[in-house]
Amino acid sequence: MAQLNILEAIRSAMDEEMERDERVMVLGEDVGRKGGVFGATEGLWAKYGDKRVLDTPLTEGLIAGAAMGAAVYGLRPVAEMQFADFVYPAFNQIVSEISRIHYRSNGAFRVPLVIRMPYGGGVHGALYHSQSNESYFTSTVGLKVVAPGTPADAKGLLKAAIRDEDPVMFFEHKKTYRLFKAEVPDGDTVVPIGKAQVAREGEHLSIFCYGFMRTCALEAAETLAREDGVEAEVVDLRTLRPLDTETILASVAKTGKALVVHEANRFGGFGAEIAATIAEEAFEQLDGPVTRLAGPEVPAVPYHHALEEWFMIGPARIVAAARELAAY
Amino acid sequence: MTLSEKEEQVSDSKTTTRARHQEMGLSDDDVLGMYRAMLLARAVDERMWLMQRAGKIAFIISGQGHEGAQVASAWPMRKGHDWMAPYYRSIASAMTFGMTAEDIITAHLAKGDDVSSGGRQMPGHYGGARYNLVSLSSPVGTQVLHAVGIAMGAWVRGDDVVTMTQFGEGTANQGEIHEAMNFAGVHKLPVIFVCENNGYAISVPLDRQVAGGSVSARGAGYGMPGIDVDGGDVLACYAAAREAHERARRGEGPTLIEAHVVRLTSHSSDDDQRRYRDPGEVEALKERDPIPRFANELRDTGVLTDEIEERLRAEVKAEVNEASQRAEARRDPDPNDAHERVYAEPIPGGGTAVPLAPLPGEGH
Repeated sequence: MAQLNILEAIRSAMDEEMERDERVMVLGEDVGRKGGVFGATEGLWAKYGDKRVLDTPLTEGLIAGAAMGAAVYGLRPVAEMQFADFVYPAFNQIVSEISRIHYRSNGAFRVPLVIRMPYGGGVHGALYHSQSNESYFTSTVGLKVVAPGTPADAKGLLKAAIRDEDPVMFFEHKKTYRLFKAEVPDGDTVVPIGKAQVAREGEHLSIFCYGFMRTCALEAAETLAREDGVEAEVVDLRTLRPLDTETILASVAKTGKALVVHEANRFGGFGAEIAATIAEEAFEQLDGPVTRLAGPEVPAVPYHHALEEWFMIGPARIVAAARELAAY
Repeated sequence: MTLSEKEEQVSDSKTTTRARHQEMGLSDDDVLGMYRAMLLARAVDERMWLMQRAGKIAFIISGQGHEGAQVASAWPMRKGHDWMAPYYRSIASAMTFGMTAEDIITAHLAKGDDVSSGGRQMPGHYGGARYNLVSLSSPVGTQVLHAVGIAMGAWVRGDDVVTMTQFGEGTANQGEIHEAMNFAGVHKLPVIFVCENNGYAISVPLDRQVAGGSVSARGAGYGMPGIDVDGGDVLACYAAAREAHERARRGEGPTLIEAHVVRLTSHSSDDDQRRYRDPGEVEALKERDPIPRFANELRDTGVLTDEIEERLRAEVKAEVNEASQRAEARRDPDPNDAHERVYAEPIPGGGTAVPLAPLPGEGH
């Protein structure tokens, strides 16, 4: 098994898929010779040439719209939005077009494409390089939404996304890119879309998370075990749409308490969907209020490090929220 | 001028006119075929207005006045091979691309087996995978990026495939059009942009829409030819489109064609253009109707006779009657089916076995 960080895992997934399937191409801003502003596509341009690894102008609408056209034509484009914060000019293409063409054509057209987007704060990116905007897309029927938190999942899920017949929004938390290395299975290992993972077993409460919050929740769980004797079960959702409600409900049935954690703001956020699902489906099993720990109600992450720290959710805040819930 | 001189001149002019389509490599059958396609598109369009008035169709957005530019620009495209991303007035070019009268009427009646959407989309949202005609949505201009994406796909793979897209002059102002044309120009993609300029974006006239008054002039900024053509001159439109098609196939890149056409009807069945156009202006449009104009040209060249005209019109009428009857007899969509085809069918084996998506020429 190779030890990779998330960025290397993502690069490796694209490389293997491009090698395996000549219909796979990569397009986006600076993805070619430079290899992407984060280095996710490094080496691909030299290996596959400047058509299959295509630098686009600064045109997010085009990146999404042309990816859709290419997918209609039979290719499997992997489009990169340089930052999730810059996806909005492409919103029309993603929401009006990419998510709907299969339905509106009664199944005649399909658009197997992936839109990769670095999201999330904690890297001094301020308002426009830190956003967690997944809920715009999780509420859009027709899209699949994936947000891995480990190198193995990043690689396996990206491979699954590229092979998927539907459009997949692939959220990569930029703080996790080089945060740690972990084992990634060798060979052609695909992690299925739509399956959550119990990252840590526990009996006292369940923490539902994804992306960078997985790392934070696991650290929090260790603190809770050590200092409080509380065993938290950490469920990494990995895929936000379609949501693995089975794993969520099984965990709630076991612990009776649910803490939902995400970096995006709370109001109307993805956590509300999980909370509502638990309230509707597992009411009888609950032994405390479904609790959400989410980003503050400000438009985006402010810049100064003190302000950013104030914004970000880390292990300490998860511990605090979990303690309160555990004591309920 | 003597009488004989005059006769000679008339005869010269006939020879010259006749030579026009022949010089383009079009046979008499070709131009009659184009004329018939225009007649058929118009007849289907008119029939659907009647059906709308009769309460059978909820909404119509018409292509009347655009048929010449549409049939002619789509004519050089290779059916079942080249691609088209149409817009909501593209009835005549969608039909030139392969949609039948029955397909069009079935779609407008929103029947369950409509090839465009199975009754899911409003009228005027042309599309058909079997015809390489990309399904259209309603926010204007989005399809132009899809055309560029298809052209990009062909370019990446090295396929000899040309993509055409159509849009109005109002849509030409959308940011996505700028993104599309710039990108196509950068990489010399095999795509043809056809702007059908009818002078109005619903109610707002050209001078409030297009700075400088010309869409084709923008081609220069994108490194592509911007061709201004009289959209009522069918052969001129054909020549422009054919040159653009050949240019694309030679690897020389995209072309922007601005065809000046007339919108003979209101914007849609929900609009009344008398509220913003003078009666004289609306009346004068009829003189620019491309159908009688092309008929006159074909008569002048001797290709079209009364007999042929009668035959074509009878054929078209019968075709539309039959198409309407068959379309009306089709099944309505089933609400129990409305949940289906939201996502593509899961792949056996959980996503590891990838069936090859068909490429052009491999069927759909």
